[in-house]
Amino acid sequence: MINGADTAWMLTASVLVLFMTLPGLALFYAGLVRAKNILSVLMHCVAVACLVSFLWFAGAYSLAFVGSNPWIGDLSQAFLAGVERGAVHPATTIPDTVYIMFQMTFAIITPGLIIGAYVERIKFSAVLLFSGLWLIVVYAPVAHWVWGGGWLATLGVKDYAGGIVVHTTAGISALIVAIALGKREGFPHHVHPPHAPWIVMVGAAMLWVGWFGFNAGSALTSGADAGMAMLVTHLAAAVATLTWMAIEWARFGKPSLVGSVTGTIAGLATVTPASGFIGPYGAVIIGVVSGCICYSAVQIVKLRYFVDDSLDVFAVHGIGGMTGTLLTAILMPIVLGGVGFADNVTLQSQLGVQAVGVIAAAVWSAGMSYALIKITELLVGVRVVPDFETQGLDLSTHGESGYNVAFGGSTQ
Amino acid sequence: MKFIIAIIQPHRIDAVREALTEVGVEGLTVSEVRGYGRQRGHKEVYRGAEYTITYVPKLKLEVAVESEKADEVVEAISRAARTGKIGDGKIFMLELQAAMRIRTGEMGSQAL
Repeated sequence: MINGADTAWMLTASVLVLFMTLPGLALFYAGLVRAKNILSVLMHCVAVACLVSFLWFAGAYSLAFVGSNPWIGDLSQAFLAGVERGAVHPATTIPDTVYIMFQMTFAIITPGLIIGAYVERIKFSAVLLFSGLWLIVVYAPVAHWVWGGGWLATLGVKDYAGGIVVHTTAGISALIVAIALGKREGFPHHVHPPHAPWIVMVGAAMLWVGWFGFNAGSALTSGADAGMAMLVTHLAAAVATLTWMAIEWARFGKPSLVGSVTGTIAGLATVTPASGFIGPYGAVIIGVVSGCICYSAVQIVKLRYFVDDSLDVFAVHGIGGMTGTLLTAILMPIVLGGVGFADNVTLQSQLGVQAVGVIAAAVWSAGMSYALIKITELLVGVRVVPDFETQGLDLSTHGESGYNVAFGGSTQ
Repeated sequence: MKFIIAIIQPHRIDAVREALTEVGVEGLTVSEVRGYGRQRGHKEVYRGAEYTITYVPKLKLEVAVESEKADEVVEAISRAARTGKIGDGKIFMLELQAAMRIRTGEMGSQAL
């Protein structure tokens, strides 16, 4: 039966999660790139959001959440066939329409996260083709495995809001795409710093607020579980921010804004899979661990392996999501304020299951993303010509400039 | 007449403007510019990675004055702009051949 309170919260949560991408993630990324590419990044987020929405309707939702095959859903609800106004989503107290919409906002942000890996050098047609294929080939199956009654769900994997489904898949794929696409001109020694750190903070703050819809919304009800999920999400974000800030302060003598809010996102990504299973103590631990691990990962990816995952999608989301998924098992016990384990499940056995989930999603994401970026290269090409890269994608690809302060033109 | 160009630290602009007002300079043009001198830029840290900022933000001041006032103006700018640290900037002085106030058509020192 449809419950009004639950439905009201889930409508709100869906709004919050869409707000994470538009404009939260878009601004977070836009501030990190150079001024000549700001519009291209905003455009990537808008276009991916719209494309994914249509594909979700056309079949991706059905592939992820309908059907009982352990590997992939079916197409019985392609084009949302048979979805009725009054239908209750199975095993919930909310309308089918609200569940479809809520899950759609997750499907939107996941390929959206990957944008950070390929900014400032990718062809716009490649963004669309890759993101569309990726939704069908990577996101839909993995979402089905974990949340759609697939094999990982049967195995007992705990992923409350997307440590595996969202952050592991996007993070690993980002790394592969960054390697396949190659470095931006001048990377790593002659790249320019973020053009607008204040926009980065604005975007991060929107992501932070939107994340309450992401994690507390994953309760699918408005009750006690949503309440605790919101509390631990916020605590983890705050502690991770302080952690990253402290590391930079100690190492460079100055606590930076861009670093601090990157810590926020690391904490949020890491607490995501755990948010429905842990208590406040677990959240504080996740905050400290995610701040330290993701900070180190950024340095290792960029400065040791020289991979131009431009906006650190793998280091922050991938490493965060994987770490959080494993930590979920460790922080679940009742003594730490968690929900405890089911009968016949121990910390060790849960940890093993979590590891299987992470590895399976990582391997699938890596293999498929590599194949998809090669297919994209074959069909439309992936990189803009060097001249376009130097000129900036705003003007060369979209025919617009982000900042027209003085000397404006005139219309004919 | 002399044309004085000064490249200064952006945060010294208020002090320089006051000093110029004190010595009777009534007009000033300021632009935001970027450049480097012997200090070769500075370092900024984002997400733990150090970036070398080659072209450091500066302000460029342009002032036209009568020749006999020029030394006093240069002295005023240098006094107000100096912090004693690397990056304080430079002052250049050029001969100014002509000047005109557009509104009235006045020429020479009348136009300053």
